[in-house]
Amino acid sequence: MVQVRKRLKMQATANDKILLAHGGGGQLSEDLIRQVILPRLGGHGGQALHDAATFQAGSQWVCMTTDSYVVKPLFFPGGDIGKLAVCGTLNDLAVSGAQPFALSLALIIEEGFPIASLERVVDSIGRTAAANGVQVITGDTKTVEAGSADGLFINTTGIGLKRPGVDLGFDRIAPGDKIILSGTIGDHGMTILSQREDIGFQSQMQSDCAALADLIGQCLESGSEGVRFMRDPTRGGLAATLNEVVRATGRSIEIQEELVPVNPTVKAAADMLGLDVFNVANEGKVVAVVSQDTADRCVDLCRRHPLGRQAAIIGQVKAAVQAPVVEMVTRIGGRRIVQMPYGRDLPRIC
Amino acid sequence: MCLAIPARIVELEADRAVVDAMGNRWPARTTLLPQVKVGDLVLVHAGFAISMVDEQEAKETWDLFLQMDALNSEF
Amino acid sequence: MVDRIADARGQIEAASQRVGRPIHIMEVCGTHTVAIFRSGIRSVLPRQVRLLSGPGCPVCVTDQGYIDTALDLADRGDCLIATYGDMIRVPGRNGSLESRASGGNVRVVLSADDALRLARDHPDKTVVFLAVGFETTAPATAVVIKEAAEQRIENFCALCAHKLVVPAMKALLAGKNDKIDGFLCPGHVSVIIGSNAFLPVVDRFHRPCVVTGFETVQIMEALAEICRQLSEGRAQLRSLYRAVVTAEGNPVAQQMMAACFEVADGTWRGIGKIEASALRLKAEYGRFDAMQRFGFSEVPSQPKSGCRCGEVLCGLIEPPQCGLFGKACLPQSPVGPCMVSSEGACAAWFKYVRD
Repeated sequence: MVQVRKRLKMQATANDKILLAHGGGGQLSEDLIRQVILPRLGGHGGQALHDAATFQAGSQWVCMTTDSYVVKPLFFPGGDIGKLAVCGTLNDLAVSGAQPFALSLALIIEEGFPIASLERVVDSIGRTAAANGVQVITGDTKTVEAGSADGLFINTTGIGLKRPGVDLGFDRIAPGDKIILSGTIGDHGMTILSQREDIGFQSQMQSDCAALADLIGQCLESGSEGVRFMRDPTRGGLAATLNEVVRATGRSIEIQEELVPVNPTVKAAADMLGLDVFNVANEGKVVAVVSQDTADRCVDLCRRHPLGRQAAIIGQVKAAVQAPVVEMVTRIGGRRIVQMPYGRDLPRIC
Repeated sequence: MCLAIPARIVELEADRAVVDAMGNRWPARTTLLPQVKVGDLVLVHAGFAISMVDEQEAKETWDLFLQMDALNSEF
Repeated sequence: MVDRIADARGQIEAASQRVGRPIHIMEVCGTHTVAIFRSGIRSVLPRQVRLLSGPGCPVCVTDQGYIDTALDLADRGDCLIATYGDMIRVPGRNGSLESRASGGNVRVVLSADDALRLARDHPDKTVVFLAVGFETTAPATAVVIKEAAEQRIENFCALCAHKLVVPAMKALLAGKNDKIDGFLCPGHVSVIIGSNAFLPVVDRFHRPCVVTGFETVQIMEALAEICRQLSEGRAQLRSLYRAVVTAEGNPVAQQMMAACFEVADGTWRGIGKIEASALRLKAEYGRFDAMQRFGFSEVPSQPKSGCRCGEVLCGLIEPPQCGLFGKACLPQSPVGPCMVSSEGACAAWFKYVRD
C-alpha cells in the first residue's frame, strides 16, 4: 500500500496543467495541495487540510476558515451561491468546534452579470448570515471581462471562537468510537447536476444546503467530551470524509450499507448517471465520530433537530489490520472497500 | 456501460418521450418501442427505451421499486 | 429480497459442494463485474465458486488506435467529438479525450440522440460520435444514423466500434479459455438480442447460460441456478430477467441494426481477432462512417510490455496475478485497458477489494 501511495504521488504531478478534477475534493485535490502548494508556504501549512485553522490570539483560541464558491448554476432548488457561501464557511467553523461570529465576503463578478441577480445573491447572503447570528464585516468586489468568471465567484472567510471545553481532532479518535451521519447523502450534488443544461433531467430534488451550527450544538450537548471529531462531507462526499479520517488516524472504519440514509430519488438519479452517492457532495450534513457511550444519546439529540431527523449511527472505528481502510458491510453481509474518490466525477458542485 | 433503469412514460410525442424514474424526469426516445403509450413502464438505456417492463416483475426485481411501494403503502 | 438472497446463498453452498471441484463462472458483462464487486457478492461466495470477469467491457476491448483516431479528430479544430462518459479518460498516444475537453471539442453525451442534436446545433463543425458498446447500445446508433441520412444532417458521422457478445463467448470456449463452467449472461444485451441468442453456446459447448439483471438478488439467484445445473450435470439456458427479456428480443431494435450495420471481423484489444464479432456501417451509410470520411485506416496497437489484460479479459487470471497490477498499473496511470475503464476487472478489483 505504501508503494501504491508513492506511485500515486508521482502521478498527480505528471500533468503539467491543472485539470478540472484538481478541484474535485478527492485524491487529486489533496495531491495538488500537498505537492504543489504546501511546500511553498513554510511551516504553517500543517492545518491546511483541516476544515479550519486554530490559533491563539492572546488568551482566546480563534478559528479561521476560507472557502471559494464556484457552483454552477448559481441558483438551484434549495439554495443559491450566496446561501452556500455563508453556510459552507459557517459549517467549517462549526465542525471545528467554534462559535462563528463574522464573515468576510469577496465577489468576483463577470462583466455583463445582471445586477438583479447580484441583488438576489447578496440578499441571500444577508438573510443567511442574519439567521445564523453572524455579520459580514469586510469584503471586496472585483469585476472581470466577460467570459472570465462564468457569472459570479465568491470567497468567504469566517472567524470564530473555539467553544470552551470542546476539543475536536483526529488525534482524539480511537477504536470503538461510533460514526454518526446526520442525514441523507448525495442530495446537494445530484440536485446541482439536475440543473445542468448538458445533463438535462428534471427533478423534485433539493439541495440540502443549510447551516449546521445549531445541530452541532445539539450533538455537543450529549457530552462534548464524547464528541471526538466532526466534518461536513462536501466535495468528495461521505467517501472522501471517511477516507480522510482513516488516513489521518491510521485506523480503519467499518460502515453498514443499509444504515446509511439515502433518498431513493437521489439514488435513482445517481444510478442513471452511473455515479456513486458516496462520492457526491453534501452541503447540510455532518459526520461525527463520537465515543461509544455517547453515541446513542448523540444520535437521539440530532433526530430532535429539523436538520437531523434521519441521523443514524452508520459504523465504527476499528484498529487497522494491515493497511487502514474504509470497509463497508453490504446489504447481503458481504464486504467491499470504499475508496477515496479520485475527484473527477462532478465539476463545479460547490 | 449497460446501465438501464425502469421508468414510466409521462409524456409522449411521436417517438420522443419524457420518462419518470423515482421522481426524476429524463428525455427518452421510443423509436425502438413504437407500441408504447403514456403510463407504460419501460427500460431506458442511454436515452432510448429498449423494452417494456412487466409491472409485477418490476416489483420482484428492483429494490427501489419495493422501497417506493413501501413508501406509498404507508399513506 | 433478504430471504431470497439467503436462499440463493444456501443453494450455491449446497450445489457447489455436490459438484466437488472448483467451479468457474464467467460474468460476461462489465456492468455485471461492477455490480458483483459493489454488492460484496464475491466475499460471501464459498471458496470453490470462482467468478471470472469476461471481455464484456466495451471500453476495455476497444483498440487504442480508436482513441488515437478520436484524439486526432479532436485536435483538428473543425470536429466536435461526442462521446459517452466511459471513454473520456482512456489514454491514447498523447493524452486522453478528457485533456481535450477544455478546448470545447469534446462533449460528453448521455445519448446518441444528443450527439445528433449537437450536429444540428453546430452546422459549422463535424460531429463525430464515438459509437462504442455492445448490442444494448448499437440500436441507438442505428437510429441516429438512419435519421441523419433521412434528414440530410451531413455534418454528423460515427466512429463505430460496436461489438457482439455471443461470438466472443464462443471464441473463448473454442480456444482461449475452456475452463469456464457457466455464464452469467448480460441482461440488457439480452433485451435486444433475446435470450435464445445464447442457445448456440449451450447446445454446442454444453455450458449453463443464465440471463440475469444487475440487482444483487438476481445475480445471486443466477449463480445458484448455474451451480444447481452443474451439480445435476445439466447445461441449459434460463432467463431470470423476465421483467424485460424475451426469448426473441426486441425486433424493432434488431431490424434497425440490420438496416444500418453488417457483421464483420472484430479486433478485441488484449484478445486479438474474433470472427464476425463487430458491426460495421453498410456501404449505403458509408458517408456517416468517420473512418471513411476522414480517410483513416485501422492501425493495430501493440500491447505494452508486462501487460496481461488479454488474460484478464479471457478470465484466465485475476488482476492481482498481473505483475503490474497496483504497482505500475493504477487507475490514474493505467497501463492496460482493464484498469482504464470504470467497468474493467482490474479497476474494479483495485477499487473494491482490500489489498
